[in-house]
Amino acid sequence: MLATIFQYGFMVRGLEAGIIVALVAPLIGIFLVLRRYSLVADTLSHVSLAGIAIGLLLGLNPIMTALGISVLSSLGIERLRNSKKISGDTSLALFLSGSLALAVVILSFARNLNANLFNYLFGSIVTVTANDIYTILFLAAVVIIFLLLFFKELVYSTFDEEAAQASGVPTRMVNTVLIILSAITVSLAIPIVGVLLIGALIVIPVVTAIQLRKSFILTIIYAEIISVFSVVAGIITSFYFNLSTGGIIVLIMLAIFVPIFLIKNN
Amino acid sequence: MQKVDHTKNIIEVKNICFAYEQEDVLKNITLDIHQGDYLGIIGPNGAGKTTLFKIMLGLLKPKTGTVNLFGEDISNFKDWHKIGYVPQKAINFDLNFPATVDDVVLMARYVPGKLFQKTTAEDRKSAEQALRQVEMWQHKDRLIGDLSGGQQQRVFIARALVNNPEVVFLDEPTAGVDKQTQNSFYNILRKLNNETGLTLVLISHDIERVTEEVMHIACVDTTLTCHTSPEEYLKESESTNIMGQKVKIITHHHHN
Repeated sequence: MLATIFQYGFMVRGLEAGIIVALVAPLIGIFLVLRRYSLVADTLSHVSLAGIAIGLLLGLNPIMTALGISVLSSLGIERLRNSKKISGDTSLALFLSGSLALAVVILSFARNLNANLFNYLFGSIVTVTANDIYTILFLAAVVIIFLLLFFKELVYSTFDEEAAQASGVPTRMVNTVLIILSAITVSLAIPIVGVLLIGALIVIPVVTAIQLRKSFILTIIYAEIISVFSVVAGIITSFYFNLSTGGIIVLIMLAIFVPIFLIKNN
Repeated sequence: MQKVDHTKNIIEVKNICFAYEQEDVLKNITLDIHQGDYLGIIGPNGAGKTTLFKIMLGLLKPKTGTVNLFGEDISNFKDWHKIGYVPQKAINFDLNFPATVDDVVLMARYVPGKLFQKTTAEDRKSAEQALRQVEMWQHKDRLIGDLSGGQQQRVFIARALVNNPEVVFLDEPTAGVDKQTQNSFYNILRKLNNETGLTLVLISHDIERVTEEVMHIACVDTTLTCHTSPEEYLKESESTNIMGQKVKIITHHHHN
């Protein structure tokens, strides 16, 4: 039965893209969750929806326009947060609703785009082209390299920003790097789970792994295992039962999270 | 072990002023801290104690005045590993944070400006040494959130000690821990100061206890209102007891 799935080129590509995204998402997720920035992922995903709408309207590659818009917005969010004129979550709310409004308006005056839109809202691995794989692979490599370069800075400033700063960690720069990498990760996850479920992909495996109460590195490794397992199982299940891939992936992740949470907190 | 030279100033603060918006937080603070000193900084809430700390650590820039660290102007100072810091907020971390005691101490083994840093054997040795100094080595693999408040504070001291600093700044380190834990905590500090000559600067609200422990007392209330020995401080505050009582009642009323 498993043999058949590999006869379809689009399924192989879907699995390849899925595994890459599944590997990258928890690496960003661990820092977002521990900094209580979980909403950043959701905000950037809504921002990237506006980017997709612009891409569809102009006939450009929607993933690339999503990437551009979300990276630019991530810098805007960080600046607004640093200005201290507006609190962090308020700046996220502004970007989240503002970009959703923009996306809706663009899509409403180009009605023929709506058919495509569904793929981007909920993910559709069948649309992943061979070229997309290279793009996803390249972006994933960029994210991983930067995470390795700044790993120590990220861990220290996530745990204790003030002590990190006193030790000479350039915390503001580290924050900016993290939010740009988040924007890239969100953009490359769009084909797999869609804009509406990216937050879950980035957050749930990490939150599940944190329940296990292990060291920092082990927590990342457990999150990776949960993430890759859920994505692969979700893609295969959705193929055989003809269900929404993104939805199934997130439900599998929750099916892992709930028992672990209940066992560990009783 | 280096010889402790009590006549040598390692921190010199001159005419520091600091303000948020229009409100003066610190005014004309001049304060020297010598090698091997054990200085307790006391003062009411909102008196600017933490702000003064942050200025000495380079986290805030004063409006006017200068700070010298180890004979160098703070703007040129690069040897941050000589300074350990236990922030007031250290203890308020997320109890679910997935970090072991070892992870926490190793975080501070950080070399500014170097990318792609990995944990070396030397880092591990320093972490072991620091954890042994605070008697927490046997807990190194436990999650920081699973420890008691007093144990967590000892880990944060170990983190401040891990680079073999010459001075450690501690901001309200005993807030919210019971008497017995406080005792063992002060014993560790006294031992570090006595045996290794480590300079300690400590903010505390527990005047009674601090005066028993430290070598010098600095009273900060926007300005520096005293810088003296604990004995002198106690004598003076006794003679102005009635005034002092009044001030105490007012500040308590404000913050409760």
